[in-house]
Amino acid sequence: MKLDVIFRVAAKIFIPFMLVFALYVQFHGDFGPGGGFQAGVVAAAMVIFYAIIFGLDAAQRIFPQRLVELMVPAGVAIFAGVGVVSLFLGSEYLDYSRLLHDPVHGQHIGILLVEIGVLVTVAGTMVAIFYSFIGRGR
Amino acid sequence: MIAANLPALQVVLPLFGAVLCAFLQRGILAWGVALIVSLAMPFIAAGLLIQVLDSGTISYALGGWKPPIGIEYRVDVVNAFILLLVSLIGAIIMPYAKASVEKEIPADRQAWFYAIYLLCLCGLLGMAITGDAFNIFVFMEVSSLAAYALIAMGRDRRALLAAYQYLIMGTIGATFYVIGVGLLYSMTGTLNLADMASRLGGIENSRAVLAAMAFLTVGISLKLALFPLHVWLPNAYAYAPSVATVFLAATATKVAVYLLLRYFFTVLGTVFAHKSLPIAEIVLILSLAAMFGASIVAIFQDDVKRMLAYSSVGQIGYITLGIAITNLAGLTGGIVHLFNHALIKGSLFMAIGAVFYQIGSVKLDDVAGLGKRMPITMGAFAIAGLSIIGAPGTVGFISKWYLVLGAFEKGWWWLAFLIVASSLISVVYIGRIIEVVWFRPVSAAAKRAKEPPLSMLVPTLLLVAATIYFGFDTTATAGIAGLAAELLLAGIR
Amino acid sequence: MDLLQAIVAHYNHWIIIFLMVSGLYIVVARGNMIKKLVGLGLFQTSVYLLYLSPGKILGGTPPIISEQHTVYSNPLPHVLILTAIVVGVATLALGLALVVRINEAFGTIEEDEIFAGEEDE
Repeated sequence: MKLDVIFRVAAKIFIPFMLVFALYVQFHGDFGPGGGFQAGVVAAAMVIFYAIIFGLDAAQRIFPQRLVELMVPAGVAIFAGVGVVSLFLGSEYLDYSRLLHDPVHGQHIGILLVEIGVLVTVAGTMVAIFYSFIGRGR
Repeated sequence: MIAANLPALQVVLPLFGAVLCAFLQRGILAWGVALIVSLAMPFIAAGLLIQVLDSGTISYALGGWKPPIGIEYRVDVVNAFILLLVSLIGAIIMPYAKASVEKEIPADRQAWFYAIYLLCLCGLLGMAITGDAFNIFVFMEVSSLAAYALIAMGRDRRALLAAYQYLIMGTIGATFYVIGVGLLYSMTGTLNLADMASRLGGIENSRAVLAAMAFLTVGISLKLALFPLHVWLPNAYAYAPSVATVFLAATATKVAVYLLLRYFFTVLGTVFAHKSLPIAEIVLILSLAAMFGASIVAIFQDDVKRMLAYSSVGQIGYITLGIAITNLAGLTGGIVHLFNHALIKGSLFMAIGAVFYQIGSVKLDDVAGLGKRMPITMGAFAIAGLSIIGAPGTVGFISKWYLVLGAFEKGWWWLAFLIVASSLISVVYIGRIIEVVWFRPVSAAAKRAKEPPLSMLVPTLLLVAATIYFGFDTTATAGIAGLAAELLLAGIR
Repeated sequence: MDLLQAIVAHYNHWIIIFLMVSGLYIVVARGNMIKKLVGLGLFQTSVYLLYLSPGKILGGTPPIISEQHTVYSNPLPHVLILTAIVVGVATLALGLALVVRINEAFGTIEEDEIFAGEEDE
């Protein structure tokens, strides 16, 4: 496959920033607009961008199909797992107050963990949808 | 700790099971996970029902946010009964599923099948347990999306069309539901069902609330396949994998009926009682249309699964008829038929699933003479068939008895006559299958058929035995249904 | 004049009703399965607006408690609709996946042609 130099250079400049922006949106989510869903979509856009420029095979070498298929349930497992941990700590399902010594910190860390779960699932799902549509009929 | 957190576990366990299935990626391991989770469900549901019967309504604040601010899981007799029904059916199907799924689903998709199945179970249980209007929508879509995917896994290419058609109609239904909730939310400022009910006093005749009632009714009716909105159902049931058909036929529409009960009686009870909209009359007419129209269409089908699917539409008519009668006996009849029809249709579709497992077809011509090759399976089918007709000594009789009783209490003797008359139609279509199966020469397709493996036969027989048992001992079913009906009717006084 | 004012004052509802009805019309009237999904998306979008437009309170600030502000917009509809959008995306993805497979199985995504083909069998 012939690679256009402009695309290749632009991709190399853009892709790190896309990942950083995804993480910014992720961790800024509890202070302003953002959160796991948006971050997941941005992170998935990075992979899709890479796949469009360098081809599906190259994208699947760094981001294999199997990993994507594991990410989808892994995120749900993180989310549901946080809830179950709070059950074991003696509070209600998804009540993060007892995750740390102080309820406010507990709520903070709880929502952060849940949002990471959301990030993993959303990014995985978006890439999985992209892979399965683009890989169709080849 | 476990007893207090049962409401959360009821929904979270299937979710976890689905995640595990997706991780394992091996059909047999995924089946093991699904089996363990499904078998645990009835115990949780029974625990909830016992707690409710002992000490009244359970309220569980998800995430520790107290209702009406946070999402509340609220269990009373009505939804504890539904939870038990869905979990029981889910548990009985799982041992049956192994052989059937191995035959019908490609090996690389089996783990996904079980994952999606558990997601569907999770969604249905969530819809039944939650006391938050918007949370119901989310769980409704979880279960519906899972159902579309399950149906699309059918081997026939028409399964894709059926799933697509269901997706379009189901999404319209869910969106109508959301419009209704949105209107109620803008009128009351709350999404908690109990809180909403208390805040609707005084504004029940405002146009927005009436419009909300209309949207909710149409939206939920699409999901439960009330007569003119049932178009998606026959194809979906006919082409889905056997296990999915059994599960969806026995549970999905029932949970939607529960939503209708919840909105008509608990949330919008004042609107329903006020009669500013002729809802009960409309439901009555549509139920009768379903009982006669769909059953007559069923007679002319030559695919047994499709015939049973149309019969399902007709039987849903009996359940909604109980809502339309709106007195204690009638509503008890409707709710008990919810349970009974799940048992009957479950066992009918299981028997037909076993036939499909053996001969790979359920066309009426192909099943001819099967009675001689698979006498136990076909015997089970015949008994469940008698039950759907409403023969005394089976569960079908119990539901119709209460419905007729309710009609007489209202002085609607003509309705009692129509209920009996419509049963005669089911005699025709069930009789047609029985005649073909037992009294015709063995067809070419059925030549080498034999009884299915025990793992399929035993759950079928268990379910059929239940249709007989609950036809004699009605304290558990009709008793609890009576309590549920009383609770619901208290909402419209 | 009053009537005109009533119509103009509820302009958001008119937009919602227009989107809703046109979305439903596309779902019902078009035979192309992709177009049906587009109509479905339009229909769902109208519902998002139905929730969001009453959530905005005139003069309200974003709902972050501070001393200078007393009037806040209602954040709940946004949260609900974010969820509904996710559900909508999932539905659309599943619908498109089904259409792709229907195209592979039947060679067309026009409903008329598929049903005509089915009758010949």
